[in-house]
Order: sequence, then C-alpha cells, then structure tokens
Amino acid sequence: MRRMVEILAPYGFGALALGGWQAAVWGLHVPPYVMPGPAAIVSAYFGAHGVLDSGLLATLAVTGAALLVAAMLGLVLALLMAASPLFRAAIQPWAVIIQVTPVVALAPFIIIWVNQPFACLVICAVIVAFFPILSNTAAGLAATPQELLDLFRLNGASRWQILFQLSLPYALPDFLTGLRISGTLALVGAVVAEFVAGSGGFASGLAWQIIEASYRLEIPRMFAALVLLGMTGVAIYAALGLLEHLLLAKRNRA
Amino acid sequence: MFALETLSKRYDTGVLALDGVNAEIAPGEFVALLGPSGCGKSTLLRLLAGLEAPSAGRVAWDGHTGAPAPGEIGFVFQDATLLPWASAAENVYLPLKLRHVARREAAPKIAAALAQVGLSEFAGTRPKGLSGGMRMRVSIARALVSEPILLLMDEPFAALDEFTRHKLQDDLLALWARTGKTIVFVTHSIYEAAYLANRILVMSPRPGRVAADLQARLPQGPHRRASGEYVALVERITACFREIMPT
Ligand SMILES: Nc1ncnc2c1ncn2[C@@H]1O[C@H](COP(=O)(O)OP(=O)(O)OP(=O)(O)O)[C@@H](O)[C@H]1O
Ligand SMILES: [Mg+2]
Repeated sequence: MRRMVEILAPYGFGALALGGWQAAVWGLHVPPYVMPGPAAIVSAYFGAHGVLDSGLLATLAVTGAALLVAAMLGLVLALLMAASPLFRAAIQPWAVIIQVTPVVALAPFIIIWVNQPFACLVICAVIVAFFPILSNTAAGLAATPQELLDLFRLNGASRWQILFQLSLPYALPDFLTGLRISGTLALVGAVVAEFVAGSGGFASGLAWQIIEASYRLEIPRMFAALVLLGMTGVAIYAALGLLEHLLLAKRNRA
Repeated sequence: MFALETLSKRYDTGVLALDGVNAEIAPGEFVALLGPSGCGKSTLLRLLAGLEAPSAGRVAWDGHTGAPAPGEIGFVFQDATLLPWASAAENVYLPLKLRHVARREAAPKIAAALAQVGLSEFAGTRPKGLSGGMRMRVSIARALVSEPILLLMDEPFAALDEFTRHKLQDDLLALWARTGKTIVFVTHSIYEAAYLANRILVMSPRPGRVAADLQARLPQGPHRRASGEYVALVERITACFREIMPT
C-alpha cells in the first residue's frame, strides 16, 4: 500500500500542478501569448503536429546518430588507452579540453567548417556526448582485477581472449552507465547545435521549432516543442536504462 | 621436484621483496609459506608461477629453467575472483576454455572438479547466488580442473569466517590425501600453517628469506586440531618467530 502510494506520487503531483496551472491561467485571464495553459499547449500540438512530429524525428535522428558515433568513438579510444599508456598520456588531456570547452562556443566553428547541416549537428552533439562513455569505459577497463589477469596469463590466454572474455565484459556495466549519461547529453548537444546554427542549420529540428515559433510569438507552440523535447529526454534515459537492465540481468541473477 | 635457487626479487620501486631464497620442493609435499605481512610471500608465489621474473636466481623445474606450460599451475587467490556473469560450471571451465578445449570434452572434467569440492548441485549457479565459502570452493575447483602439477594458494581462506575456514581446511587436507597434489600454501596464520602442512617454510620479515624449514607429522582424523603434536608444532613455530622478529 505504502509502495503503491510512492509509485503514484509523482503522477499525482504532476496532475495537481497541471490542474493548478490551468486553473490559474483561466482564473487570472492570462492571455496565451504571455502564458498558455496546458490545454492551449495540447491544442497547439494538435494544430501543428505535422511540423512538430517531423521536428521531433529530425532531432531524434541527430541525437541517435550522435550517440552511436559517441559510443563507438568512446569505446575505441578507451580500448586504445587501456592498451597503451603512451596513447593514454597523449590523448587524455585533449579529451578533457574538448569536454570542458562549451559546445556553444565550438559550434560556430564547426558550422563554418562542415557544410553538411546534419553532419554538423551530429559533430556538435558527439562532442558533448562522448566523454562520459570514454571516461566510464576507461575506468571499467582499468579496474579489471589483477588476479583474473594473472589467471588468464597462467592459462596462456591471448590478448584477444583477455579483451573479449575478461576486460570488455568487466567494463560493460561502466560502459552502459556512460551510455546512459551520454544519451541525454547527446540530446542536449543536438539542441544546442540547432540553436546556434539557427536557420543556417538543419531548419527543421525541435529546437528550431522553438526559435521559429518565438519569432512568430506562437507561445503555445513553443511550449509544445519544449514538452516534446522533455519527453524525448525521458524516453532516451528510460530506453537506455532498459537496455542496461536487459544486458546485465544475467549477472545480477543468482 | 622443483627448486628455488638463491631467488631474489627487487621491484622497480626499489623494494627488495626477496633476498636469496633457497628451497627444494618434492612432489606431493604440502608446503606452508608462513611469514609476517609484507615479507614477500605473494611475491614468491608469483615467481613460482612465472607471473613475475626474478631479479636474481631462478626457479628450476626438474632441473631445467623456463616457465611452466599453460595449465601446469593452479592458482587460488585470497578472493575467489570468479567471473560474475558466469555460472560455477562456466567459471570452472575457464582455464580449459582459454586453452581451446571444447566444452563437450571438458564437461566430465568440470563435473569432476565440482564434485571434488562438493558443489555438483550448484553447477548452474552464478557467484551472486553462492556464499563466500562456496565461491572459494569454485575457485579451488577452477584451479584443479586443468590437473596442475603444482597448486599455489595465496591466503585462500583468510577472508572467510572461522567455521567455513575450518571446513575448507579439512576439505583441502582430504583433497591432498586423495590426490597427492604438490601444494604451496601461503598464510600468515601460525595455526593454519601448523594444521595443514607437512612442511613449513618460515620466512623472515622483509627482505624475505627462509628462516626455518620445519617438518610436521600430525595425526590424521578428527582429533588433529587438539592433538599434542599440533600444539607442539605451534609452539615450535612461535619460538622461531620469537627469534627472527625484531622486538
Ligand atoms: N608490484 C609491486 N611493485 C612494487 N612493490 C611491490 C609489488 N608487489 C609487492 N611489492 C612490495 O613487496 C613487498 C612484499 O610484498 P608481498 O605482497 O609479496 O608480501 P606478502 O608477504 O604477500 O604480504 P601480505 O601478507 O600482506 O600479503 C611489500 O613491501 C610490497 O609493498
Ligand atoms: Mg600477500
């Protein structure tokens, strides 16, 4: 019973907040171009769902592509760093520098250098997203127990056997944690890049929808795009959580 | 038979861990390496296994040098260090799998190794579902499955509770009596060394040397732990340490 209440609590709170919001907008006669209520936002979505849905798809495409590239890049770099201390020493500071430089500041350069808008947005999102995968995977690979490495060596294991039967499975949980963090960061990166690129960019993503709607003072549509972005973030986080659960379920069972 | 010939080990850090260790170990001996923390017991075991190269001296196997072949050494660590995603049987299979022994060919060996440690019923259980003592048994089965000529154990029971430790000690004695394996068992417990081994190499504080080489012959059976011979042996070892430990 207690648990049930706890599970339902966030929905209850959400419903209450939305209700209160709607009531305030109605009661105080706030015009929708200042602050639309939930009902106006929902109807704005259905009024423009063709554009908004394709905007969602465009942003999702950038996010998905960026996450894929970030995962491969992070994994490969982590493996190379684990294999060669020299490579680690050479790469690590640069990875950190790229990570700490705000992507908003980097994006204009990338927009100048990369003419293809899709590639440009993906690169920006990758820059934001790859670091957690790299650092988590590298930490996981480095944490392979020495005893097991010894055991593999005692039985004449090859480098590849150590990599595929020991180090990679050991780093899998860390990789997946990194992936989950990177998933939402890729979305952030995609949105930031769309904002910076503006009409010079992709000109169809959800972030662009927000900019365009603001030019036209269509505040409910801005909100509708914002809500879609929020829901996308939650969906990505949940999907990667599910992936983690499925891949690790075996080792968590007795 | 294998021999440690004036074996020394200095690590890159400058620490001299072992300084001229001499010993000969005959087939079928159960040797306890006993010494205070940091005296180089683990180092000596790793040199024996060929995991680390000596700075001076050598380990001679039946007179010739060279690292033992894959699978000739069974190693049991202080922690069970099982693969968490693999079942007990898969963990025991690992040393054979690494040497490309097919699963079908390995199956009877895996079953036999698990039976030796009394875990036949838990073949399909992953480490999460096993107690600390059971995990250690799986670890021992994993070391036995490749039928090593030498079984090296580095404080395997140190992390277990006393009841489990006593049980595993008795099981190990039974296994030794049954198989006649050559065992080198590292411990820093005088009682454990006295109870298990038929020969005790007492090591000096760092840099490790063999300070005493004691033979033991305790009675078999349930009264071993309370036997006069056991008490006398513990006393002999204690006297050794009184001499070599700085006051
Ligand atoms: N890889 C290493 N690099 C540098 N020094 C090391 C290394 N391994 C061990 N040592 C040092 O060598 C000495 C002997 O270590 P060793 O682990 O062999 O001792 P031990 O007798 O097994 O101790 P314990 O009972 O605590 O396990 C210690 O001073 C230790 O700090
Ligand atoms: Mg040790």
